[in-house]
Amino acid sequence: MTGIASLKDLFTRNLRQSGIYIAFVAIIVLFTVLTGGTLLGPTNITNLVLQYSYILILAIGMVIIIIGGHIDLSVGSVVALTGAVAAVVVIREGMPWWVGVLAAVGTGLLVGAWQGFWVAYVGIPAFIVTLAGMLLFRGLTLQVLNNISLSPFPSEYSRIASGFFNGLLGGAGYDVFTLVIFGIGILGFAYNSWRNRRARISYNQAVEAAPFFVLRLVVIAAVVMWFAWQLATSRGLPLVLIILGVLVLAYTMVTKHSVFGRHVYAIGGNLAAAQLSGVRVKRVNFWMFVNMGFLSAVAGIVFSARSSAAQPGAGNALELDAIAACFIGGAAVTGGIGTVTGAMVGGLIMAVMSNGMSLMGIDQSVQQVVKGIVLLLAVAFDVWNKKRASATR
Amino acid sequence: MAETAPTDILEMRGITKTFPGVKALQDVNLTVRRGEIHAICGENGAGKSTLMKVLSGVYPHGTYEGDIVLDGENAEFGSINDSEARGVVIIHQELALVPYLSIAENIFLGNERRRGGGAIDWNRTNQEAAQLLERVGLKEEPTVPVSVLGVGKQQLIEIAKAISKDVSLLILDEPTAALNDNDSEHLLDLLRQFQAQGITSIMISHKLGEIAEIADRTTIIRDGQSIETIEMNGPGAPEGDLQDRIIRGMVGRDLEHRYPERDSHPGEEVLRVEDWTVYHPTQQGRVIVDKANLTVRAGEVVGIAGLMGAGRTELAMSLFGRSYGRDISGKAYVHGKEIDPKSVPDAIRSGIAYVSEDRKHYGLNLIEDVRRNISAASLGKLAKNGWVNEHEELKVAGEYRESMNIRTPSVLVEVNKLSGGNQQKVVLSKWLNTKPEVLILDEPTRGIDVGAKYEIYTIINKLVAEGKAVLVISSELPELLGICDRIYTLAFGRITGEVSVDSATQEGLMALMTQENQS
Repeated sequence: MTGIASLKDLFTRNLRQSGIYIAFVAIIVLFTVLTGGTLLGPTNITNLVLQYSYILILAIGMVIIIIGGHIDLSVGSVVALTGAVAAVVVIREGMPWWVGVLAAVGTGLLVGAWQGFWVAYVGIPAFIVTLAGMLLFRGLTLQVLNNISLSPFPSEYSRIASGFFNGLLGGAGYDVFTLVIFGIGILGFAYNSWRNRRARISYNQAVEAAPFFVLRLVVIAAVVMWFAWQLATSRGLPLVLIILGVLVLAYTMVTKHSVFGRHVYAIGGNLAAAQLSGVRVKRVNFWMFVNMGFLSAVAGIVFSARSSAAQPGAGNALELDAIAACFIGGAAVTGGIGTVTGAMVGGLIMAVMSNGMSLMGIDQSVQQVVKGIVLLLAVAFDVWNKKRASATR
Repeated sequence: MAETAPTDILEMRGITKTFPGVKALQDVNLTVRRGEIHAICGENGAGKSTLMKVLSGVYPHGTYEGDIVLDGENAEFGSINDSEARGVVIIHQELALVPYLSIAENIFLGNERRRGGGAIDWNRTNQEAAQLLERVGLKEEPTVPVSVLGVGKQQLIEIAKAISKDVSLLILDEPTAALNDNDSEHLLDLLRQFQAQGITSIMISHKLGEIAEIADRTTIIRDGQSIETIEMNGPGAPEGDLQDRIIRGMVGRDLEHRYPERDSHPGEEVLRVEDWTVYHPTQQGRVIVDKANLTVRAGEVVGIAGLMGAGRTELAMSLFGRSYGRDISGKAYVHGKEIDPKSVPDAIRSGIAYVSEDRKHYGLNLIEDVRRNISAASLGKLAKNGWVNEHEELKVAGEYRESMNIRTPSVLVEVNKLSGGNQQKVVLSKWLNTKPEVLILDEPTRGIDVGAKYEIYTIINKLVAEGKAVLVISSELPELLGICDRIYTLAFGRITGEVSVDSATQEGLMALMTQENQS
């Protein structure tokens, strides 16, 4: 029976992939019960998106760095620095909001190029370069801000983090626009899945049985539309979610389908083999870090817009959240393995846990302990899974 | 029948070892006589290494079925420590030395010579190490760090480490796989000396010539089962060529010819290298390749014979986009047009492909699937504006799977699940897809079994039939004689001879390969 075989396959063969989704669902269910349903309420879901978006944005860049076999410890400082630059331009110099955004992105790119240069062309391990960067860019943040917070940002700038699309297409108590956008997204996803399935069949590759394929699509569609409904009945579609959605889509494409993405996997998987296969390793490493600088800047803009201020201590320890998201999401410490989607789910697992525990009134200290244990268990699971895989070899 | 005959040091009875989903060993029997050198032969994946891991306690008692009787007593090893306490010491295929520690420290690692209070007794450590080094015939100071020594010497240190433990049964898993002929010969001599001292050895090896030379008996393992034990000398030895006899047992069929037939029709010249000179990357002024000249024609297989350290791989890698060495000078032409590949992408564009001798470290991304390994060197061809055409990629991978006979359930399987021979076919596919004019194959059959070797030779024949030029580097002279049209000999960085295969003999080649400074 092919149907049974594929169901078994779904759980055993890709445990590494499916395990984290199962964990994600379990954690959501757990905290929904523990918070008496507040976790999944419209207001809370909207808050969750706003509150953790910048960590997810950082995790996109971080997972690429980790797949490439590196690490970036400096992103928290870079978030602060780019936010500070934007604040100086917009608040102190009184320039328009978009000049601030451009200045922040420019700063991020420069920071990325700086770190990429040392990692790729001088050959210093990323751990050292970015540890130095963590101090360096925090120091520069203090310099730029003269040790004081700058606030508030004009409302055009803050809107980046707290703006909503609501009522564009009307609706009675719910926002039709939000639902339409999500509907289009689901249709696109379904079409793409169907096309891939067709392609795989035409090349005689194994696919899951048709009923499971449909069932999977229906379940995903139902969950996503329910999520959209929650947003639509709250404040509408957050602008940040659109930014995040576009980034996730774009970077999923880049990591999966672009030559650059493939080269990142190749370098992380086997550096020497990549080099001898004609991968321009230095160049790829350099651009990996430039990209991380860019995404740090985006996160920095969202972060500063959300707090409507640039603070010297902003973004402290954010790098650890981003790194944790990647590893919980199945990235390998040794490089070569990881996905953008995985990192997003990893980040959301952390987000749901923090948020859920906060709703329950659990103390910060306990939250830290729980998060630490979850990270440890996630990687332990990964190690165990690898051993299991090599035992069946 | 619990009593073992006193002449047998070891008897393994009915050993069965299962991994989830796979039966690695099935009812294997092995009897080893006291004081003999016992060879174990079998194709890759036949279960040889698994059997030795059962014997040495790597797989503890209880994880397998069957009995191990050592010196007439039942042995139930829970770990390597247990087996070592009974005098069974295994030397694994991959050397397990710590590069930054000294020879003496490595020898006594985990077994340190101490004074009262637990401090290490350095005088005793170094002195005993020196004695052990003398026993294995290694002239090095015990305080030298291991990292500065070559593979051959490192292997001797592993052996010194083994005999430091009062060994009575020494197990060597492919001890000569990475060694050149001189070092191998030395190692075999050493085993004979140990034999005279009463140490029994079990040796896993793919080198049949070596087995025929040294083993008293050979047990053949095939598909997880012990097939037979052959007496290698004395009255019980079989008639005819011992090597052919072993091969027959290993593959379970007659291999009429170890090398497939080929009609040779060399065409015009494809690769020409003139006065190619390469210096060592870190040691100033040390010449590694010295004014090498060579040509390869279309439809021709040209061999490079040389001992390890002669500069074979260095010559190939320096040609391949300066992947080795510095201050490279000389000229290279492809189809009469001068090329100057300064990087690997340049070299690939010039039509050169290089298949490394070490496929796991330099050839494959082991955690990636077959498809993506095949496309790794030709992504540019498979992509448009930086986006990979994945349908095309999948199609191409499927085609190579078909044409190269890569045995895998699907091209989406990770390459580390494949056998050595099939991995090598993946590497070859990867390079063929760059559509090269010249293929440089560095030890293309290293570490793969007899059947797969034949397939690789067949592929090489197919390539030259399609008009490619193939340059093969190999340390196995019979292989070069079996598949090449012409052979260059390389000694100490110099090309010392060019021989047509019709007039070449192993002895003649070896003489050229060891020829020092000619004026």
